[in-house]
Amino acid sequence: MTWRRFAGLFALLACALIIGACGTDDSDSDGASGDAATEQESTEKTESQTGEQSEFFVQEDYDKQLAQRSIEPEGDPSTPWTQAIEPEMVDTADYKAEQAGNWNVCFSNAANDNPWRQTGFKTMKEEVKLHDEIGKFTVLDAEAKDDKQISDIESMTSGNKCDALIVSPNTTATLTPAVEEACSTDIPVIVFDRGVETDCPVTFIHPIGGYAFGADAAEFLVENVDEGGKILALRILPGVDVLETRWSGAKGIFDEAGMNVVGVEFTDGDAAKTKSIVSDYIQREGTIDGVWMDAGATSVAAIEAFEDAGQEVPPITGEDQLDFLTKWQEDGLTAIAPVYSNFQWRTPIIAATQILKGEEVPKEWVLPQVPVTQDELGDWVDPEMPPLHYAKCGCEDMPNYPDAWK
Amino acid sequence: MSAEQATADKGFESASGNLGRRLATSLLSTGTIFLLLFVLLAWIAVLNPSFLEPGPFLAYLKRAAPLVMLAAGAYFVLVSGNFDLSVGSLVTVVVVVSARLIDGDPSKTWPVIALVLAIGAAVGLFNGVVSTILRVPSFITTLGTLLMLEGAVFLWSGGAPTGALAENYREIGRKGIEGFPVLDELPWSVLLLVVVGVAAALLMRSDFGRQLIATGDNDRAARLSGVRVDQVRILAFVLSGVLAAVAGILLGGFAGVSAQVGQGLEFDAITAAVLGGVVLGGGRGSVVAAMAGALTLEALFTWLNLQGISGALEDTVQGVIIIAAVAFAAYRLRGAR
Amino acid sequence: MKVADPTGSETPEGGGPVTRQPGRVAGWRVGVLASPAAPVFAALVAVFLIAWLVVELRGGTFLTVPNIVNMLQRSVALGIVSAGQTVVILLGSLDLSVAQLISLTSLIGSTTMDGSSANVVPAVGLVLAVGAGVGLANGLIITKLRVNAFIATLGMALILKGLIDNQWDGPAGRVPDSFESLGYTRFGVIPVSVFLLIAVVLAIYLMLRYTRFGYRIYAVGGDEDVSKLSGLRTHRTIIAAHVVCSLTAAITGLFLASRLGSGTPTVGPDGGYDLESIAAVVLGGTALMGGRGGVLGTLGGVFILAVLDNTFNQLEVNSFLKDVVRGVIIIAAVAVYARRQGVRP
Repeated sequence: MTWRRFAGLFALLACALIIGACGTDDSDSDGASGDAATEQESTEKTESQTGEQSEFFVQEDYDKQLAQRSIEPEGDPSTPWTQAIEPEMVDTADYKAEQAGNWNVCFSNAANDNPWRQTGFKTMKEEVKLHDEIGKFTVLDAEAKDDKQISDIESMTSGNKCDALIVSPNTTATLTPAVEEACSTDIPVIVFDRGVETDCPVTFIHPIGGYAFGADAAEFLVENVDEGGKILALRILPGVDVLETRWSGAKGIFDEAGMNVVGVEFTDGDAAKTKSIVSDYIQREGTIDGVWMDAGATSVAAIEAFEDAGQEVPPITGEDQLDFLTKWQEDGLTAIAPVYSNFQWRTPIIAATQILKGEEVPKEWVLPQVPVTQDELGDWVDPEMPPLHYAKCGCEDMPNYPDAWK
Repeated sequence: MSAEQATADKGFESASGNLGRRLATSLLSTGTIFLLLFVLLAWIAVLNPSFLEPGPFLAYLKRAAPLVMLAAGAYFVLVSGNFDLSVGSLVTVVVVVSARLIDGDPSKTWPVIALVLAIGAAVGLFNGVVSTILRVPSFITTLGTLLMLEGAVFLWSGGAPTGALAENYREIGRKGIEGFPVLDELPWSVLLLVVVGVAAALLMRSDFGRQLIATGDNDRAARLSGVRVDQVRILAFVLSGVLAAVAGILLGGFAGVSAQVGQGLEFDAITAAVLGGVVLGGGRGSVVAAMAGALTLEALFTWLNLQGISGALEDTVQGVIIIAAVAFAAYRLRGAR
Repeated sequence: MKVADPTGSETPEGGGPVTRQPGRVAGWRVGVLASPAAPVFAALVAVFLIAWLVVELRGGTFLTVPNIVNMLQRSVALGIVSAGQTVVILLGSLDLSVAQLISLTSLIGSTTMDGSSANVVPAVGLVLAVGAGVGLANGLIITKLRVNAFIATLGMALILKGLIDNQWDGPAGRVPDSFESLGYTRFGVIPVSVFLLIAVVLAIYLMLRYTRFGYRIYAVGGDEDVSKLSGLRTHRTIIAAHVVCSLTAAITGLFLASRLGSGTPTVGPDGGYDLESIAAVVLGGTALMGGRGGVLGTLGGVFILAVLDNTFNQLEVNSFLKDVVRGVIIIAAVAVYARRQGVRP
């Protein structure tokens, strides 16, 4: 009978053992999630304290993106959402619509669950109003669920009579089969923001990319933080390609310059957690001399952690979210705001109209991506707009500005 | 079993038993969590000596305060035999509503605080009534409320948090009484913690407290003894709602406005309460122990952080500990088998 | 003894003959008779008609083959795991670890298959074994360690989550095309996956209705202490039920892997399969206290949720409003059942 009494305990122990077995793989696996222990080990294995390179890393893309930052885009600089960097045009005569107007443009949105996407989506809806030929704009929100987005795309290509399909995929790998299925119909497919692993869509619209974003921020820190100064890297979450590439971009720059990165932590995009992590590091390290972040949403929380600890805010990177820009200006911080060009939400609509008119579009439409630096800060801070608005929305010239974004 | 004895002593037959024995048995039943807390804190101090300095220690308390509030609320509901899964989304609601209504204007802070406390009470009332009078299992009721609150608040605010919290609002979660001797600053949240802790403990000693425990223990017997079971349970939900609102005010102050601020908090609250010794299904444990459970959970996270355990495994450790804690409590309750 | 109270006069599940097993304890028969599967399907028809009306009025297309197929396709994943959850809830227990288990099994399945058809069978075997193992662990912790099911399975969910996040960062593994066809091909118009759903639901239905195990589940759910006194091995039943539930979660994980082309850590929580499956079960008339209900009712609940989802999609309703309505419906439905079931709290 004794074994019965202990069966439960055995189950628990078995769980613990399995955890232990899997847990010890941690030090060898993708070191994207850093911590004190793996840092020690990786400093011995590799010279870098930033852990091992991400499995998403592609050297070619890294080099290409860093170079693209200095290439002059083609097109009108006052409308950056129409510009393209080194475009290779593709013929779309086959997709020319039979009717000259009253088009039904369909959009499968990965999610509307963060301020960047919300700002962009509002901009997109306003863009639709600028084009009379679009009679109907159908949107399905996948609520950040891969499975739902696959169903949404299926229902749009089979049920709704869409003249064009715009997709912002939730996850690159898993949405690929669904996009391929959509391509096999005769509806033109436009992909923007995150990509998929196929080039069957008519065009893929995106700003330069994550490597450039991360590198912009990292280079700023290299310039502003003394050698040996402690840098803390804060990432939202692992496994999202657009975020992984940002970290890879930064890592390359940090490694090259031999910076002292004391920690790489995940914040889940949560303000409270960000604050706790930064406070812990301040406690542990005494001072932190530079903060690298892969997005701007929680940068204010990180800043506050320093304030609460009674310390001066070190050089920090954020994004073009207004609350960060405002705090930067008000507190006179040393900062830079790389951008993931929010105005890219205008381009798919423009592309859709061009395709349906049979006009040429770039196969890969690379939009410019210019960070906000100290010199331009004044141009972008706007006290009238809500704190979670994105400055580079490209929307100031639109008819309903600013009310539609408030 | 000592837990049963303790509650029985505090319960209907309180006349007999000398003070010393009662104290000893109650300490034993709830004492385990304090021991665990003490050990963890000591260990952390060893790993990071600056932890015991006023600054960092108060920072730890400030960070833990919202969870402690939630644990106290969870205690009241759990002990009466119910679940409250809606507290997380209630916290989100409080933060988002506060931000939108205050919109940076300090004069609006106090009216808005009164409003969100009222919202907390109203949600609790709804949960309570539906779970008792409409006889919907509280698991389902509060699950439904969770969905409704999340949906409603973002529907109202247009999809994302807007507005901003005023400085004086945020002070509650972030700052405290300046110029305090020794400590430099006594955070408001710590003060609130103490007040709520004392109030809750006193409440549990009152008739209501005994009735609450009796209801969770055996509601039929309680009803037959004249306890207004439904009313008592509803009141427990109201308390849970109000405390969740307080937690929301603290969190909004501490961390600022965010849409995910409340996610998953309901499970953390229940974990904290269980860790402190409440046995799920009601009827046992003490509110102070539940609050200590929250402090312990937060200390555990800090300890894990200092040990350099990767963030991912933190969840696993939390899972194992929850199971172990409840198993231990169950083992002690039933006697060795 | 609660089990002996006949309640309601609904037609039994499936409308077939119920009285052909003489000598069985009244409890089992009553448990099945009391299954409110019929009202659930009546509600489903009502919801369907209302949705049709509303969508057509707004200019959408509801009663078309692609749309109905879309709704069926959306029901498969939730349907399979809810069927398993039904078994566990009938016992008066529940399983909050299914969402993480789904993610885990999708990952294990796709990484084992690694793009090659030859690996499909071993992958499926491994996944089912893992599912059974987790179910076994859940059951043991609940029975031997006497930990409440809520806490036990919540703890297990956290344990699994940590394991997943530790090993994997994002989508991993690759499902070979032959397996991917499970998610995408159709027999005529009906997706193959719907047949999988039907097979699982049928299997569980038959198990609950015609096997001794099924009888024991209703008995234990009705009243565990009495069952124990009657000589039933309650612990084994509970453990086996949890194994069944986890197996269905594993199957769901495999199915989702075929849809996504690979496993991901987020597929389980994204779908909210833990709370949603419980909601579907309760919507289908199975009481959280256990002892009455059935898997056909659950299927009805799943379809209702699918129709609602589809309608909201068609109407392009703000997803937040959807959450509010969902919450109201879940509470209202259970309140209605609670009224009809009488005194039981």
